Amino acid sequence: MSEHVDTSRRRFLGGTAGAAAGISIAPGVFLNQVAQAKPADQPVSSDNRWGMLIDTNKCGDGCDACVRGCMEENGWGDIHNSEPHSSPEQKAQWIRIVELRDTSTGYAHQLPLMCQHCKHPPCVDVCPTGASMKRADGIVLVDKHICIGCRYCMMACPYKARSFIHEDLQDQLVVAPRGKGTVESCTLCVHRVDKDGADAVPACAEACAAEGHDAFVFGDMNDPNSEISRQLALHGGTQIRADLGLDLGVRYRGI
Amino acid sequence: MTRLFQSLQSLALATGMAFLAIPLLASAEVPRPDIPEANARYSEAQGCVEPTEEMRKNHMEYILHQRDETMRRGVRTKQYSLEECINCHVPKPESGKVVRSDSKEHFCSSCHSYAAVKIDCFSCHRDTPMPDADTTMHRLGSGKAHHFTGTEAELTADALRAVTEEGLQ
Ligand code: SF4
Ligand code: SF4
Repeated sequence: MSEHVDTSRRRFLGGTAGAAAGISIAPGVFLNQVAQAKPADQPVSSDNRWGMLIDTNKCGDGCDACVRGCMEENGWGDIHNSEPHSSPEQKAQWIRIVELRDTSTGYAHQLPLMCQHCKHPPCVDVCPTGASMKRADGIVLVDKHICIGCRYCMMACPYKARSFIHEDLQDQLVVAPRGKGTVESCTLCVHRVDKDGADAVPACAEACAAEGHDAFVFGDMNDPNSEISRQLALHGGTQIRADLGLDLGVRYRGI
Repeated sequence: MTRLFQSLQSLALATGMAFLAIPLLASAEVPRPDIPEANARYSEAQGCVEPTEEMRKNHMEYILHQRDETMRRGVRTKQYSLEECINCHVPKPESGKVVRSDSKEHFCSSCHSYAAVKIDCFSCHRDTPMPDADTTMHRLGSGKAHHFTGTEAELTADALRAVTEEGLQ
């Protein structure tokens, strides 16, 4: 079962010890402060909903920096020589570059596609064990401790975001345990999010910025003052296959 | 003399003392596990994060609890994390000597192979410290170093309390 998610409206200031949203300068008077990362001993909360906005107009032609950044951070893919016995179709792919071409005009561009961290995730709906789960803060993960490798979630995901590991692995990275017989996908760099909260930068976004493209904005879609919320309010954003009504955590501009 | 020994032996067999002799023989054949020493301590007073006897019996309960807390609720305290077990108990893969979980020199396997209990952790988790890993525990011989070396956000509520009580803010 996934964690109980508090869908009621945000609790008033001071509801939880970990909120630390303001500094009291006098009784009842608060100085607003930038949201802090949660302390390590506090659970995540549905006060946050982490998401990403990707401006595909900023993508460099043929650039795959985000994919390589993800590989490096999470230990999958060729640069780690992970899954050397699997065919290219079998190998894990947490994030991929998808090329789009308008056949009438010939206009072509690309977008990075990873788990969309659906608010209503079909992968979670179908999982028979509860391994496929959504955290209170909207990050969708596979609990590999109880994944039986049936791959229903892979079939249910409309975005082909999940991979199955076919062979024994060694030397996984501490931040991303992964192994044979289980399913995996983009974690939104959950280890970074848990550490740095709203200041976190997922590895794909970091690699993109290092390349000078700055196509990614990560942030809290529940916080109206976050960069991602302001940009979405200002310019809007597209959800891929919005018709499915899954309320995606990853939004795009330029597609 | 030989006769005396034989008669003693038959006496032992007859009185059931042979049952005592069998475990003695067995322990001579199956050597007790050679448990590698940790490279750090939880505190000056205490070796592991709970008293050693408790950890020997119940380490899996602590790891299981931490597993669900971390995986499902994003709680990332260090005290009972598998990462810290490994950082403390398994040598870093430097100097060319990599001690993996399939070797009896590996802390976990030293006991688990003796007890014939399969460990499933390392089909997904790394069985050696990351090359740049450092433990938040007390390095052996580190003198005054305090084991609460994490940033404030990495300290548990209990740890914070302990630090405050010691006046070490
Ligand atoms: S994109 Fe796929 S894997 Fe990710 S939450 Fe949605 S259904 Fe699940
Ligand atoms: S493969 Fe694992 S996570 Fe996916 S549906 Fe089956 S048990 Fe659940």
